[in-house]
Amino acid sequence: MKELICIVCPKGCRLKVDEERDYAVTGNSCPRGAEYGRAELTHPTRVLTSTVRCVGGAHPRCPVKTNGPIPKGDIFPAMALLDGVTLTVPVRTGQVVVKNVLGTGVDFVAARDL
Amino acid sequence: MYDLIVIGGGPAGLAGACAAWEAGLRRILIVERDRELGGILNQCIHNGFGLHYFKEELTGPEYAGRFIEMLRDTGVEVRLDTMVLEVTDQRKVHMVGKDTGYRVEEAKSILLAMGCRERTRGAIAIPGTRPAGIFTAGAAQRYVNMEGWLPGKRVVILGSGDIGLIMARRMTLEGAKVLACVEVMPYSGGLNRNIVQCLHDYDIPLYLSHTVTDIRGVNRVEQVVVSQVDDRRQPIPGTEMVFDCDTLLLSVGLIPENELTRQAGIAIDPRTNGAVVWENMETSLPGVFASGNVAHVHDLVDFVTAESQRAGTAAARYVLEGEAAEGDALEIVNGDGVSYTVPQHVRPGRVEKACDLFFRVNRVCGPSRIKVTSGDKQIAAFSRDYLAPGEMEHILLPRKLLDGASETLCVSIEEVESE
Repeated sequence: MKELICIVCPKGCRLKVDEERDYAVTGNSCPRGAEYGRAELTHPTRVLTSTVRCVGGAHPRCPVKTNGPIPKGDIFPAMALLDGVTLTVPVRTGQVVVKNVLGTGVDFVAARDL
Repeated sequence: MYDLIVIGGGPAGLAGACAAWEAGLRRILIVERDRELGGILNQCIHNGFGLHYFKEELTGPEYAGRFIEMLRDTGVEVRLDTMVLEVTDQRKVHMVGKDTGYRVEEAKSILLAMGCRERTRGAIAIPGTRPAGIFTAGAAQRYVNMEGWLPGKRVVILGSGDIGLIMARRMTLEGAKVLACVEVMPYSGGLNRNIVQCLHDYDIPLYLSHTVTDIRGVNRVEQVVVSQVDDRRQPIPGTEMVFDCDTLLLSVGLIPENELTRQAGIAIDPRTNGAVVWENMETSLPGVFASGNVAHVHDLVDFVTAESQRAGTAAARYVLEGEAAEGDALEIVNGDGVSYTVPQHVRPGRVEKACDLFFRVNRVCGPSRIKVTSGDKQIAAFSRDYLAPGEMEHILLPRKLLDGASETLCVSIEEVESE
């Protein structure tokens, strides 16, 4: 039995995950919590947010995010991918910045208009 | 003459203006001192915004973008790069702008949506030298996320508020080494999920019941001394730990920015450092409303949005229907375990279906009952599995329960035995 704090939403439910009973989750208040509890012990993932260089706009950086969760172990290699990226305005929210991050099928996308 | 002037173009001002437009006001002006709308959300590039309101997880700039988009479909006027200097009790707003110069605009109603600012080193009087390298967490966040500067390489963070936790992760991702997060209280001031995904994920130690007792360095921070504190928050000699670092980030609380509010003679609640408000977010000055972090510091922008929509709608009602007749009012008071409530008083006659009541507890509690009493009579009770000062609580008091109350409503916490 492992105790976790759910990070799916700001509520922060206290989950109990039973590894011996097929990762059965208790203490969650929504189905996403159960999913998180199971995933956290089998293949933990995170949405990664950062910024990339941007020229021509009001700010020198443009925020980006992965448009889905990536494995926790891929976080630092994924950050390294952003070092070489420079966007030029106009940038639209949702525009793909790096496609298929480390073969995960998830893209880095712009998180604002610039 | 404007129907409504909104002071501040962050999440509170945006939601308030949109709601007032929707409720029928047409002459609305937002005054924003920055060169763009969105407020602090523009630098909060992490995700987790909008789960309540949009039912999806957005970053700060995306959340702001949605409201800026909504505003574009209205006829709300926006003045950027414009600083409000004074609000008078006659609802005259003095402002100075880059393009428009000094102007005095009159309004039938005003929404105060100035947000809050960070407490600084001066506010908490940390001993030591005064070198470069000491930043508030929010200032560091702006440098890293918007301006592209990394303010330091080896970092200690004082305070475990959400911005400090978020910056611990952010600095780590950008290549800095975060040595410790230090919190004077025996519990964190931030959301649990941020402790997990910002500290635990990156093996950053959290020292509870510890504080910074010395800062060393001549030109730049060289060392920070951290000591354990006793239950009266006094440093315990002999517990000093010395961290070699070049940067100290402070995440030691937020202060609602109420200079304009005070100047206008509006009553301030010393518990929230925000205006005393009624159930519709109206302040002690009729026709002037306050919402978002200027009224009380929130953890979640979704609640700022909801509160500001209520304030914007109420401002529209004030303009379109005029001041409502005086009716009975209930004072809301702190009971055991409660450190403040918003609103501070409520007019049951003005509550349509239910009154939103926000409060914070003053200690960490396990399974508890939130009790609302009036005199000897219990009006309502709500159960919770867990309560913490870092997490704002919200209850809804139905109109018909309020009608059964007289003079005061007392909100208190009672811990119950867990089964």
